[in-house]
Amino acid sequence: MSNLHPALIGLISGGVLLGALAGLVAYVTLLERKFAARLQSRVGPYRVGPHGLLQPIADAVKLLLKEDLVPAEADRRIFNLAPVVFLVPCLLIFATIPFAPGLGVADLNIGILFFMAVSSMEIVGLFMAGWSSNNKYALLSAMRAVNQIISYDLPFIMAALVPVLLAGSLRLSDIAAAQEGLWFVFYPVIGQLGFLAFVIASVAAENRVPFDILEAESELVAGFRVEYSGMKFALIQLGEYAHVLGTSFLGALLFLGAWSGPGPAWLGPGWFLLKALGIFLLITWVRWSFIRIRVDQILQISWKVLLPLTVLLVAATAITIVLRGASGG
Amino acid sequence: MSAPSPMPADLNPRLVKTLDYTGSERLTMNMGPQHPSAHGVFRAILTLEGEQVVAVDAVIGYLHRCHEKLAETLTYAQYPSIASKTDYVAAMTSELAYVMAAERLAKIEVPKRAEYLRVAVAELQRVASHCLWLGTWCMDMGGALGGGATVFLYCIRERELVLDLFESLTGARLLYGFHQVGGVRYDVPEGWAAECRKTIDLIESRILEYEAMLEDNTFFRMRTEGVGVISRELALDVGIGGPLLRASGVAFDLRRAQPYSSYQDFDFNVPVETAGDCFARYQVRMVEFRESIKIVRQILDGLPEGPISSRPGLKSVAQVRVPKGEMYARVEGPRGEVGCYLIGDGGAKPYRMKWRGASFSNLAVLPHIIPGHSVADVVAIMGSVDPVFGEVDR
Repeated sequence: MSNLHPALIGLISGGVLLGALAGLVAYVTLLERKFAARLQSRVGPYRVGPHGLLQPIADAVKLLLKEDLVPAEADRRIFNLAPVVFLVPCLLIFATIPFAPGLGVADLNIGILFFMAVSSMEIVGLFMAGWSSNNKYALLSAMRAVNQIISYDLPFIMAALVPVLLAGSLRLSDIAAAQEGLWFVFYPVIGQLGFLAFVIASVAAENRVPFDILEAESELVAGFRVEYSGMKFALIQLGEYAHVLGTSFLGALLFLGAWSGPGPAWLGPGWFLLKALGIFLLITWVRWSFIRIRVDQILQISWKVLLPLTVLLVAATAITIVLRGASGG
Repeated sequence: MSAPSPMPADLNPRLVKTLDYTGSERLTMNMGPQHPSAHGVFRAILTLEGEQVVAVDAVIGYLHRCHEKLAETLTYAQYPSIASKTDYVAAMTSELAYVMAAERLAKIEVPKRAEYLRVAVAELQRVASHCLWLGTWCMDMGGALGGGATVFLYCIRERELVLDLFESLTGARLLYGFHQVGGVRYDVPEGWAAECRKTIDLIESRILEYEAMLEDNTFFRMRTEGVGVISRELALDVGIGGPLLRASGVAFDLRRAQPYSSYQDFDFNVPVETAGDCFARYQVRMVEFRESIKIVRQILDGLPEGPISSRPGLKSVAQVRVPKGEMYARVEGPRGEVGCYLIGDGGAKPYRMKWRGASFSNLAVLPHIIPGHSVADVVAIMGSVDPVFGEVDR
């Protein structure tokens, strides 16, 4: 390996990661459908393959074969570009996540900043999709998207700052390593509150029920992606699930000790995946149990409740660390 | 053939609500007739300022099937099965209204057992209809990819049980043809009463689950409380009926005000709420679930023996003849007053027939209450009105 050019190594590891991601995302949709079905006293996908295990592949093939429609009045170039602009940041967030000590594409020293910055870039693709569709539902949805993502990225960042302060580093592998003794979610009071705020803010940042006002199919039909079909729809769907999964991985890394767990070290990535899927199921559980709330109520919750509380939480964390003389940055 | 194009809302100052709006232009958005929350084929032309609705034009008629004209060409024995297709979610009640009008006109007596069975199916139908309402309403507010779909599937699960009862009683699950002039067409099969008791017990326990799931849920309260308030005056002016009217503080229920069939024999409460918002309408319907179950229990306990029809054994569809005259019969359907106006000319077919649909009158309140709310509230309000378009357009 060592005689390979570093750029080549990056290319290979990126390719492997992307391939693994696409497969994982496809099967995460199956997991969600099965889980939701059990919640609703149904069976869920069952016909394609044993226990519906081939359903994601059937879905992908179906979407590939669908006619790709572009509305006559749409802004063609932006319309075609939007799914890609939306998808790229959603996949890029995985770049800084270390799946085991030393196993990641890029272990940046500002890993968490990179994650936050890139994940909030998806709004550009979203707005492009909503605007270029030349559809009133899509336009309203795009306006809501900007509102919501700006409102919820702040509490999301604040909640993620709690483990950063506790670990004293912005590098994700350092944060994971700092939890060898005690997962941050078990840190008295602060850890639990931080985790709660993180989950709420990530549900909102991912636009899932009860915060799915962008999609809101009973009001806006399908929101910003109402005009998309076929492969472009699949790209948007892939991006959305990749984002949810990426945030679940981040949550598992920040609060649940990443790869730490019983057993030999090579089990680490397995533990990490299990924890991330646990958070994913928690988010899914919320999604399939609540009804959607209104735009103005969503903004109120963010600015009047969540943001002040998370700011207070960060301040409390900082004070605790100073008082206890724990590891400072 | 095309529907008459409605006037743009801006030209109709009566309905436009003025807001403190600083934006530069209004957006006209079409909601329906093909829309996930159009509840069939309702078309609302919304005029928006930002996300706020300032005016709404309701367009109906996409499901018109010439029901009233059809009634003139069918005999009194044939039409009851068609009557069920007006309000297909509560088929039993519209059948009942039609046969009651014909019976009163022809002065036909109905045996006690048939009257009790009529009330039993009407109340079971109310339970089934309210199940569907709760499910679709929550789906409107909660999304087909969210908690709303969960409530919807739970409610459909319970509705299926009632439909199973109807299936074993009549052989059909949606459109029954159960009533006929002079009585009912089918007697209860063996074991039906026990099955029915089991079903209503189960549904009663499930209603508790719904209430725990919804009323203790802050998000549900946020979406429904204070939304779409219908004042008592507005309710009376527009002429809405059923749970909507009772949620606005008017204690009017035809089953109590003008007992028909055998409702005078049963003990039940008429729930009344005064708030007039979506949550009040929800509360009224949740109590009605229980009251309906209570009535069904009383019927199962005291079902009299005897014939189920005073005119058994029809040999020809033209055998039922109704004298010359006019009659209006009304019943309390799940959505309000369902009326049937019949003019007989002495033959086997009515000269003229007119439906009074509960949903049709209830829909008229929408342009009065929607302006001022946001787009998200429009679907919540529309769902709380519970329209069935088969009945609106007929």
